Amino acid sequence: MSTSTIVGTRDDEQVPPAGGQRRRRRTSHQVEASAHHRGPMWTVAGYAGMVLVVLVIAVPLFWILLTSFKERGDIYVRPAQWWPDPPTGQNYSELTTRIPFFDYVRNSVIITSATSVAKIVLGVISAYALSLLRFPGRSIVFLVVIAALMVPNQITVISNYALVAQLGWRNTFQGIIIPLAGVAFGTFLMRNQFLSLPGEIIEAARLDGAGPMKLLWRVVMPMSWPTLVAFALITVVNEWNEYLWPFLMSDDETTAPLPVGLTFLQNNDGVTNWGPVMAGTVLAMLPILVLFLFLQRQMIKGLTAGAVKS
Amino acid sequence: MATVYFDEATRRFSKDDAPAVDGITLDIADGEFLVLVGPSGCGKSTTLRMLAGLEPVDGGRILVDGHDQKGVRPRDRDIAMVFQSYALYPNMSAAQNMAFALDNAKVSKAETKQRVAEAAKILELEPLLDRKPGQMSGGQRQRVAMGRAIVRNPKVFCMDEPLSNLDAKLRVSTRSQIAGLQRRLGITTVYVTHDQVEAMTMGHRVAVLRDGKLQQVDTPERLYDHPVNTFVAAFIGSPAITLVESEVREGVARVHGVPVPLDRAVAGRAGEKVVVGLRPESWHVVDTPAGGGRDGSDPSALALSVELVESLGSESFVYGRPVGADEGADRVTVRLDKRTHLTVGDTVHVEPNRGEVHLFDAASGERIEA
Repeated sequence: MSTSTIVGTRDDEQVPPAGGQRRRRRTSHQVEASAHHRGPMWTVAGYAGMVLVVLVIAVPLFWILLTSFKERGDIYVRPAQWWPDPPTGQNYSELTTRIPFFDYVRNSVIITSATSVAKIVLGVISAYALSLLRFPGRSIVFLVVIAALMVPNQITVISNYALVAQLGWRNTFQGIIIPLAGVAFGTFLMRNQFLSLPGEIIEAARLDGAGPMKLLWRVVMPMSWPTLVAFALITVVNEWNEYLWPFLMSDDETTAPLPVGLTFLQNNDGVTNWGPVMAGTVLAMLPILVLFLFLQRQMIKGLTAGAVKS
Repeated sequence: MATVYFDEATRRFSKDDAPAVDGITLDIADGEFLVLVGPSGCGKSTTLRMLAGLEPVDGGRILVDGHDQKGVRPRDRDIAMVFQSYALYPNMSAAQNMAFALDNAKVSKAETKQRVAEAAKILELEPLLDRKPGQMSGGQRQRVAMGRAIVRNPKVFCMDEPLSNLDAKLRVSTRSQIAGLQRRLGITTVYVTHDQVEAMTMGHRVAVLRDGKLQQVDTPERLYDHPVNTFVAAFIGSPAITLVESEVREGVARVHGVPVPLDRAVAGRAGEKVVVGLRPESWHVVDTPAGGGRDGSDPSALALSVELVESLGSESFVYGRPVGADEGADRVTVRLDKRTHLTVGDTVHVEPNRGEVHLFDAASGERIEA
């Protein structure tokens, strides 16, 4: 994740000059003269900002990683001991023996993949309908979707809980997955992506006899991969880290995902033993990190190049 | 191959505004190359898009081969379109772009391959078939867009300013290629452009539009020689025709004081005020003007003070202001052959050629004809 942060902030580097240009346009040539000399200063400030952001994000992560290799006694030492001495893998073995760790991993994989697939498919299909198909009431439907985005899910949790409990779906996968599969953000994101595509290409495909599904799969989706990958990544990360709803829905390792499992680990002890918790956190982070590194390249790849003359 | 008939076709974008396309009636024959031309915003692209089914028809009908196209989806119309932006599918190679429509129409793989190969041969695209649009130049993309239309062998080609993104030289060569291709394939073609040179050189007939209304449909020659009103006269021809308002007295109109005798039949139809139109080539230079004007008689030649000379090598165009005319007077454009050289500030005497004078009613702008 720290890799992504660095890439992200490197873009910010270009912000100061752009801001400078805007200011230059607004004011007199005096500012313009000084603008030539502000280069190094702004660069230094930019790098300082970058370092700050990296520290804010990286230090806690680094601390988690180090703690997971410390012996129990070393964790609570004051002043803080930065380097594990001696490093130990004990926390990791404790983690897998004290709780059914791999059951939680399995549950997390099931819940994350099922929810993500449902969200992505629903998001793409609904966005397609709301952007490229014409039907009465289209804008009203879209408004309702946006309204759903405005309501925090902590609020809907109560009514959802009542409903799902009544259905007898507590401690079942469908009880966790189905209420999470509703998607407003994806619809919003993908709709805007589809609307940003050059209209003439869509029209060309219609004239070329492409039906609605063919239009989606052969023309619209191939031009939308970067956005879809971003959407998929955000969805997978969110679902993997989803805590509140699965916590309410599941009581044990038959259905509880990893984040909930780690809480059980914490509660088992009375006095929390942070070593295994940190080890569990590191392991929970790994799959997402790998996925992110893998998909990052896809996200920035522009695929509309050469479609229309710009 | 098909006939196309616009029957009072109208398109209104909103109820309050004037229609973008206002009751156009236009009969296009099978195999004809018809050019829709007009200034931007005149409704020519909208007209084309209505034919393709991309724009609804709010009034009247559009018939293809005698069948009303109302409610027929674009993909069921068998109309191929070439867009100004080319609108190629960026994720597909040139060959896949061309094969897409055939694939959708469930044409067999072998036949698709053969038709793509044929089109590629005609358009000299063979070495580019595996390239994606992003790896091609503007001219190559334009040819792929043409190929995509050709392989379908559709009833009608619709072309929406397909040359406007090419550089000047390529535009000229592609212009004749498209016209030649259309003659060879014999597919009914509706071609939209704002460029009157394209209109004049490519089409069998040209339809001039203004503010959504059809002004005139005619062969390029008729359009040039018999414009129905001042708008068409001014729009067709480059440099533009010189239009001068004039009073008619005793069968004679005057262009900046120079008498232009009118046909008796024409003079009879003309009101008191007319607009006289003279194309740049409808003047000839005279060396010694007869009649001075100072002694009360009419000068037979118009004295122009040269303000701008456009030399094209084989000919040149001179833009001059009548000597003695006030500042607001319109400039007169005269074509000169390459033997006559003038520079800015010179005075030249010109006389209108007999029989090359266009006359329009001053109030309505309509042509006055015998």
